[in-house]
Amino acid sequence: MHERQHASGGGSGGSGIEFVEVRKSYPRAARAAVDGVSFRIEPGEFVVLLGPSGCGKTTLLKLINRIIEPTSGRIVIDGVEIHQKPAVELRRGIGYVIQQSGLFPHLRVRDNVAVVPNLLKWPKAQTAARVTELLDLVGLPARTYADRYPAQLSGGEQQRVGLARALAVQPSTMLMDEPFGALDAITRVRLQDELKRIHRQFSQTIIFVTHDIEEAVKLADRIVVMRDGGIAQIGTPLEIVTAPADAFVAELVGARDTMRRLGLLPIGHALDPDYAGDASLPTIEDGASLRDGLSFLLESGLSRATVVDASGAPVGTVTLASIQRASPGEAAMDAAPAVAGR
Amino acid sequence: MDLSYLTSHWGQVGQLTWEHLRLSVIAIAIAFPLAAVVGTIAAVVRPLTFPILALLGFIYTIPSLALLAFLIPSQGLGTRPALIMLVLYAQVFLVRNIVAGLRGVDAATLEAASGLGMSAWQRYVRVWVPLASPVIVAGVRTALVAVIGLTTIAGWINAGGLGELLFVGIGRNYPAMVLAGVIAIIVLAIATDLVMRSLELLTPVARAQRSSRQR
Repeated sequence: MHERQHASGGGSGGSGIEFVEVRKSYPRAARAAVDGVSFRIEPGEFVVLLGPSGCGKTTLLKLINRIIEPTSGRIVIDGVEIHQKPAVELRRGIGYVIQQSGLFPHLRVRDNVAVVPNLLKWPKAQTAARVTELLDLVGLPARTYADRYPAQLSGGEQQRVGLARALAVQPSTMLMDEPFGALDAITRVRLQDELKRIHRQFSQTIIFVTHDIEEAVKLADRIVVMRDGGIAQIGTPLEIVTAPADAFVAELVGARDTMRRLGLLPIGHALDPDYAGDASLPTIEDGASLRDGLSFLLESGLSRATVVDASGAPVGTVTLASIQRASPGEAAMDAAPAVAGR
Repeated sequence: MDLSYLTSHWGQVGQLTWEHLRLSVIAIAIAFPLAAVVGTIAAVVRPLTFPILALLGFIYTIPSLALLAFLIPSQGLGTRPALIMLVLYAQVFLVRNIVAGLRGVDAATLEAASGLGMSAWQRYVRVWVPLASPVIVAGVRTALVAVIGLTTIAGWINAGGLGELLFVGIGRNYPAMVLAGVIAIIVLAIATDLVMRSLELLTPVARAQRSSRQR
């Protein structure tokens, strides 16, 4: 599903993040916010917690760095249960990015990024060098940005600083709570691309909360769909979109809206095995969705197009027929069992 | 206006002004640490917020002369009972603004501070108080100006300060002396207010806001 190799992590059994019967309930609440959740995240995996508001995804995220304490159950990171060390120490080893950036308005960009190195009492020179490196990494040259205050930045720039701050001490785990939720569509897509690039480069384990299915499909290695504090389905984006486990998930991925679902599937999903990539045909990049491919064919009046990778090399051919075959039909939706008791 | 006393006794008026300011500043210096503790508790422990603010509000409603008269049997005359009165009254302004300042800080910012691994104390010192500081400093300004006014009453129990000119002047039916005291108190209060307002501009938040405007 993804090509990265994970050299880090101590042994196959201990590393990653494991949730064992994790439960969080509040007094006077009708049902638990997180209700006995168990699953496992592999080291270096990009996992998206997806669901409507109130489904428990943010609570589950905040249980990992103990912003919220569980009622029962265990969370084990790289073989160590999170309550075995002080919360402060745990959190310094986990990157944390929240919506609206959560930057400290009274500190300059450089001091915001340096927060965790300063907590860990890094030497000044090392911290300064790291800040410059991080600002470059997130596309904000230090010369221009380091001495600014958060209020002098756009929303997207603030979120980049938030990302740099979370990455400061190279945490192996990153928690991201709807980090791009408040950004405009263009900025959001750009930051998603940057995040994917950073993840490819450093292979952190990322747990990312969103209610946006398109964002989830774009970013995730695996999506955990949540409902009412429990897990509705876990799977790759392709599995979630093409084989929703029940009516709830089907609804989330755009139940009867075929065009919307086509927008969630990569064009590589619909390559026609009968044709090799033909360089003489019009081309479409393999980052496109099936919906893009279909629009392209309809507009050009052709029945075939060549799919090329980012370097322009042909990887296959799509046809109207292959797109039709790849599109998850109504039949698949109807076959999905109704959500029990709802 | 008869300014004869002011012009002929400027040395004495200056001396009393200094005494007045010193007493007021000492009162705030004692009152502030106390208010910081009480205010933080009131801001953090929500069930205590209302009782604490209500109690301080009640203390403030006691007339100053009545409070002094009440203190004299146990504390005698002089600066001691005066300071007790001033510290008590200052609490209202200080605690109220400390609570408002701390409560006004964005909860998400505080959660980010915790999430990054700050201890409760680090979060308080590095994020919470700096972000609340404009409101807290404004409280110190209000308290200091109010205390300068109240210190005048302290002249009545021989605590020194410009109140002496007023009480002695009234006793001797010497309007020029009273006027000298009144002018000195007004000048002192206005000057203090201006100095404190410029201090507010030095808080980290105000500095950040200033840079943001001249982007």
